[in-house]
Amino acid sequence: MKHTKKDWVLAGLTGASLAVILLLLAVLLGQIAWHGAPVISAEFLTARPGADMISGGIWPAIYGTVFMTLLMTLAGVPVGIATAIFLTEYASPRSKMAKLVRIAVNNLAGVPSIVFGLFGLGFFIIFVGGSLDALLYDDPRPVWGKPSILWASLTLAVLTLPVVIVTTEEALRQVPSELRDASLALGATRFQTVYKIVLPNAKGGILTGVILAVSRGAGEVAPIIFCGAANFLPYLPTDLRDMFMHLGYHVYALATQSPNVDAARPTLFGTVLVLLVLTFSLNLLAVIIRSRSRAALRP
Amino acid sequence: MNESADVVADARVKMKTRDVNIFYGDNQAIKDVSLDIAARNVTALIGPSGCGKSTYLRALNRMNDTIDGCRLEGKILLDGEDIYAREVDPVEVRRRVGMVFQKSNPFPKSIFDNVAFGLRIGGEKDKDLIAQRVEESLRGAALWDEVKDRLQSSALGLSGGQQQRLCIARCLAVWPEVILMDEPASALDPIATAKIEELIRELRERYTIVIVTHSMQQAARVSDFTAFFFMGKLVEHGKTDMMFTRPSKKRTEEYISGRFG
Repeated sequence: MKHTKKDWVLAGLTGASLAVILLLLAVLLGQIAWHGAPVISAEFLTARPGADMISGGIWPAIYGTVFMTLLMTLAGVPVGIATAIFLTEYASPRSKMAKLVRIAVNNLAGVPSIVFGLFGLGFFIIFVGGSLDALLYDDPRPVWGKPSILWASLTLAVLTLPVVIVTTEEALRQVPSELRDASLALGATRFQTVYKIVLPNAKGGILTGVILAVSRGAGEVAPIIFCGAANFLPYLPTDLRDMFMHLGYHVYALATQSPNVDAARPTLFGTVLVLLVLTFSLNLLAVIIRSRSRAALRP
Repeated sequence: MNESADVVADARVKMKTRDVNIFYGDNQAIKDVSLDIAARNVTALIGPSGCGKSTYLRALNRMNDTIDGCRLEGKILLDGEDIYAREVDPVEVRRRVGMVFQKSNPFPKSIFDNVAFGLRIGGEKDKDLIAQRVEESLRGAALWDEVKDRLQSSALGLSGGQQQRLCIARCLAVWPEVILMDEPASALDPIATAKIEELIRELRERYTIVIVTHSMQQAARVSDFTAFFFMGKLVEHGKTDMMFTRPSKKRTEEYISGRFG
């Protein structure tokens, strides 16, 4: 194929923008790795932070992040997948209700994350938690109606819901309708068709979407500021009503609330590195699952 | 209209449709079709594209139920029972009236699991029985000798013709009474097509078969009765050899002789 002048210009422009992006990414990651790596040690990963937040380790923040992410996944993912199954497999394409749900989901995806934080505070903590306290206890001290890992996880579950719904719907739609027809024509019920044919064939796509949503949720800070993340907590959360430390929030606290910002910098970079490694491994897992499930569909 | 009943007079009637009208939203796809389908015979539905023959076929096992906005009036009887009656479960209808589609659609599973699917979802747990029915169905679809050594490999590794015969085997495994075929050979080469046609001739010994086809020659080769559809109406229904030699309607003659369509 002959390349005209225009082709070269276009190739140059797209190549240049790619280079800019790669450069930015390299600088960003390089900085973090360069400053963060020296701090990483067994102690840093397993010890509790010192009273100044700079010395010691970040184990409670790692633990809190993983715990919160698990709770968030358990709470949000099943609901999201079920919603997507309803929208693609059960709702009629012309149903007004399905249309409304889809619009709502898309709007939900566009809401700034800090608004989710306010929602969590208002709905989960004050309304749900407060009502539980009023119903169950006479004590004016709040038991449920205060920030905790439970409410933070639920808030993040709501935040990740649109991503789970949209990617699951996409994955379900990729399953050829011929397979549904074949299953129904053999006398399968709609539920059997979804369970035995549609879901197994969409599994890879669904898992990929779920992991991407989870990795996004794991790194979010804004929604949990009001809902349960603690600045500094000398113990690990053992109860759903405990507050918790979080890697992202720890970074925020170190960067803005440390009395000695310069001294905090290595710890800061170390924490960022750990958070990045965690979310990157989730993303990597998503890529592996996706390529495996694609391979499985081939003969 | 009893013309149709006369046509199949000497054969037992397996399915009867009376004044069937089918609508997609406001569009009427099938108009007042009354047709008798003879048991253990092959009935071919022919007609130009868009004449409604596939829509009609899909009504015979309630596959149209899955299409949004599709509505049916009239009666479709299977052994005298109205399959559209309120108390009838479409799932039951589809177990008795199986379907083979235009594009072969094996599940991305092993050959064995494809054929066993219908039995398993029907609640069959007995492994020996399943294995036996799988073999019997694959033999019935003339595929056993080609796949007996690789039952556990993916069905997607089969050729187009083999995949279509696998779909037929999958359909046979649930012991249907009627098999509907929607242009089952239209995507296949002449050799694979010949195998499918031979198979249809064999299957007619045990099953009632309704086949939609675009090919006049195919209809002539495989069917005992032919129904000619035009613009959503049943124009003529008769014994295939009669229809192809002495059609009674002018339109049928024009279509069969290739003047339109």
